[in-house]
Amino acid sequence: MNYHWDWLFFFQEADDGLMYYQWVLSGLGWTVAVSLTSLAIALLLGSAFGVLRTTPNRWLIAIGDTYVDVFRNIPLIVQLFLWFFVLPELVPRDIGLWMKQDLPYFVTAVIGLGLFTGARIAEQVKAGINSLSRGQRFAGLALGFTEWQTYRYVRLPMAYRIVLPALTSEAMNVYKNSAVTYSVGILELYFQYKQIIEKTSQVLEITIVITLAYFVVAFATNRLFAWIEQRSRVPGMIAGGQGGK
Amino acid sequence: MGDFDFSIIAANWRFLAEGLRYTVQVTLTAMVGGILLGTLLALMRLASLWPLRWLAAAYINFFRSVPLVQVILAVYLILPLLLQFLTGRLIPIGADNSAYFTFTIFEAAYYAEIIRSGIQSIPRGQVAAGYALGFTYSQTMRLVVLPQAFRNMLPVLLTQTIVLFQDVSLVYAIGATDFFGAADKITQRDLRPVEMYTTVAVVYFVLCFALSRLVKYLQSRIAIIR
Repeated sequence: MNYHWDWLFFFQEADDGLMYYQWVLSGLGWTVAVSLTSLAIALLLGSAFGVLRTTPNRWLIAIGDTYVDVFRNIPLIVQLFLWFFVLPELVPRDIGLWMKQDLPYFVTAVIGLGLFTGARIAEQVKAGINSLSRGQRFAGLALGFTEWQTYRYVRLPMAYRIVLPALTSEAMNVYKNSAVTYSVGILELYFQYKQIIEKTSQVLEITIVITLAYFVVAFATNRLFAWIEQRSRVPGMIAGGQGGK
Repeated sequence: MGDFDFSIIAANWRFLAEGLRYTVQVTLTAMVGGILLGTLLALMRLASLWPLRWLAAAYINFFRSVPLVQVILAVYLILPLLLQFLTGRLIPIGADNSAYFTFTIFEAAYYAEIIRSGIQSIPRGQVAAGYALGFTYSQTMRLVVLPQAFRNMLPVLLTQTIVLFQDVSLVYAIGATDFFGAADKITQRDLRPVEMYTTVAVVYFVLCFALSRLVKYLQSRIAIIR
């Protein structure tokens, strides 16, 4: 292969006075920031909508189901484009201008990715709650808990533990999906990857480095969740016992 | 929303339909290729020879830990280098063609995991029964295990295919003209983002929603047999 290997290009200066390895690091920083913020939003939304779908009220169930159906059946990149290019045109003019000019890209991107991921988490949370026996809710109600309190103190604590392995893989997916936010102007890892290829043509070196970077964040997340799984396990339960090894 | 201009869609429907056709073609190619390669990987992963197991696990874990957009771009750039190295000639591939290859090898990793758990859901006694009848390994797999496994995992395989169908939109990264790419190119020219992106979203939603309902129905049908 007439490929010219040059690992030292990472220490060359780019146009903006920074070195290429610094581009990679800054991209990594944005990737982590976008992913963690989106994950936090997704956990909140996913829990809220997941709970709605398990309530006895059929209107609340319909709201939860609609959210999940809409956000799971449209590709992420299309969803991001809707938030960025379509929504500002549909709201009143002043708000639209503000969204286009003053609202940081980061905010729109994490809301978009958060809503997308939230639908997947809602599915897991619902499955977790439904896997508990009905008696758990009845016991809570019999103790004088309100419906909400049975969620807060009885059902959710168990449901989260049960779905923790599924949440782990969702958390790892967020990193991969965050790469799509490059298309709406977030300067994250994949954006830097693309940019460095355009500037230097050292495709193979940079592919190896970026791939490793994604490996590292995904692996770190995996270990973090395994640690949470181990710390939060309930003695005597099969569900919590296996994780973290 | 009052000035939603339907005529812009009517004027460009042919270009959009062409994009959708490409999306469907990539989806179907990657589905067939991915399931074939995925079955092979799953069998390797369950094999008794450790190098086979190790190789399959490495392949699957690798593709499952990198973002798809990155793989799309990397293959698009590296495949020509590789072909040049192998054949000594410069073969132009083009973004449209490279996507077929990328999606096949990428989705194979995901299909492989589904197929593996499908095979593992078959009772061990079935394999023993196959051997007891004098079947070879490949006969046991082909005639006993895989038919049952595929029946069980059909809903999950189809769900993965719906995900794949949506993921084809990521060929945006290399500028191929899929359904979304077509809408995006029209937007660049006519500056009508609302009409174009909304149309794409609605069409994707209707297709994927209908397919996922079909999968649900299938699931209930298959559940009876087990």
